Amino acid sequence: MLEAANHRYPATAGAGGVRRRISNLLYQRRTLTLFLILLPPLMWFGVIYIGSLLTLLSQSVFTFDEMAMSVTSELTAGNFLSLLNPANYDIVVRTLAMAVAVTLGCVAIGFPMAYYMAHHAGPKEKGFFFVGVMLPMWASYIVKAYAWTILLAQGGVIYWALNQVGLLPLLEAVLQLPVIGGETLSTSNLGRWLVFTYIWLPFMVLPIQAAIERVPANLLLASGDLGARPFKTFTTVLWPLAFPGVVAGSIFTFSLTLGDYIVPELVGPSGLYIGNMVYTLQGTIGNIPLAAAFTCVPIVLITVYLSLARRLGAFNAL
Amino acid sequence: MRSKFWIRLAAYSGLAFLHLPLLFIAVSAFHDSSGGAAWSWAGLTLRWFAKVMERTDVRDAIMLSISVATVATLIAVALGTLTAAALNRDRFVGKNAFTTLLILPIALPGIVTGIALLSAFKMLDVTPGFWTIAIGHATFCVVIVHNNVVARLRRLPARLWEASMDLGADTLTTLRYIILPQLGTALLAGGILAFALSVDELIVTTFTSGSDKTLPIWLLNQLGRPRDSAITNVVALLIMLLTMPLILLAWRLTRDSDASANHR
Repeated sequence: MLEAANHRYPATAGAGGVRRRISNLLYQRRTLTLFLILLPPLMWFGVIYIGSLLTLLSQSVFTFDEMAMSVTSELTAGNFLSLLNPANYDIVVRTLAMAVAVTLGCVAIGFPMAYYMAHHAGPKEKGFFFVGVMLPMWASYIVKAYAWTILLAQGGVIYWALNQVGLLPLLEAVLQLPVIGGETLSTSNLGRWLVFTYIWLPFMVLPIQAAIERVPANLLLASGDLGARPFKTFTTVLWPLAFPGVVAGSIFTFSLTLGDYIVPELVGPSGLYIGNMVYTLQGTIGNIPLAAAFTCVPIVLITVYLSLARRLGAFNAL
Repeated sequence: MRSKFWIRLAAYSGLAFLHLPLLFIAVSAFHDSSGGAAWSWAGLTLRWFAKVMERTDVRDAIMLSISVATVATLIAVALGTLTAAALNRDRFVGKNAFTTLLILPIALPGIVTGIALLSAFKMLDVTPGFWTIAIGHATFCVVIVHNNVVARLRRLPARLWEASMDLGADTLTTLRYIILPQLGTALLAGGILAFALSVDELIVTTFTSGSDKTLPIWLLNQLGRPRDSAITNVVALLIMLLTMPLILLAWRLTRDSDASANHR
């Protein structure tokens, strides 16, 4: 029996003794095996990733000498305190507000798509939608951002198209509005929100779709049979059951918006975001300590968000 | 029935929203415009493709991106397979912490990973370049491979191991002839997705690349050169043509067995 096996798999025949002994060791000493398996990834993540993060965080309590433009290892809480400056505090609030607005936009556009995919589309159509959402998700980030800078520009395609159908005055009226408006689409918060929502939308659709997929269709039918109008069915049956998926998607839209600095640079009004601030501080100015303190903001926000999400059951929907 | 119509309309509008900008770029690459101030339709041409072929900076960026992605993918496949094997089979102290550690490079904003790596490289006096880019990319690509392999391992019945060993195969033989062949397509799909992610990554790369230009960084610099936009359009289309077939292939490889494991 054994010989037959060795014929079949010649690799085991030659170095039989040593090989067999290693094999037995791996089988009997499961802790040892686990240790050997885990060692390389632990080294990589423990040393390179955690090491880097700790290096960064430790710098956040160092002092930046503005005269000498250099970092000294004198300990200070000043970097964290200066986050509370009105100017810096504004940056945090501005970024946070956009992250929330983008998340809401993605839910509004993504939910109907996810619902249609899960409950209305036939197998073929579902596959079509799945690929249709996945391809833009994986399409190059910078290509997508670039496309929008051309689309939104004054004299760009959107202006051209709206002019063709005579809706240009409507756009101009919208751009007059405070907060979302601006000189042109590409310098308004509306434009920036549109680009963010576009880029992160697929990350919202897929988790919601996965969550709705698990809601039995006859539950919705039963709700209708018992006299609930579609809106009532949505608020009391579908939404609560799909909510973990929404939260799972929002982890992506929220976190990705918080950390982005390319889109705010390309589209929208002046006024820094957390990402831009970090990039500027570490780059030209070289104030790594304050940059490090600033990166703590998204880290804390996302940690809080993740623990909330875990409680809301989002991790089972991922 | 009326509500179904509206939902379908909303769903297809969303899909159109996702694709129109990409289609616009694809068409722009063939658009025979001289790049004036206002956009208007001016017919089709292939001449921009010929222009791109002459550009050595484009070629260098493509080569750098592909070689970085290759190295990052190899590291990610090796590490991702190991983490999947560990997390799938055993319970151990710190398992949850380890899972979190894996997701962290993707869950935290790219800017955090980027500046963290940069400050560590600076402290160690490492000059940013090819290897620093590849190390950064490998770090967030591991979880992609991990997800694909774990999804496949979960579906492998434990009976396979037992049957193989009952028939006299030892651990290594079982691994080589029973488990690895089953993982093949999951590894391939994970590797492809990691490769695509590496080719596309911009934010971490802006911190770790020094003066080297990967394809996305080259494109980012192009945004400051509106006169060169015809070239930019062609390269943008080429990037999509490079990664899209890979994504479709990865999807086909995993579609039947472990659907929806590929959330980035």
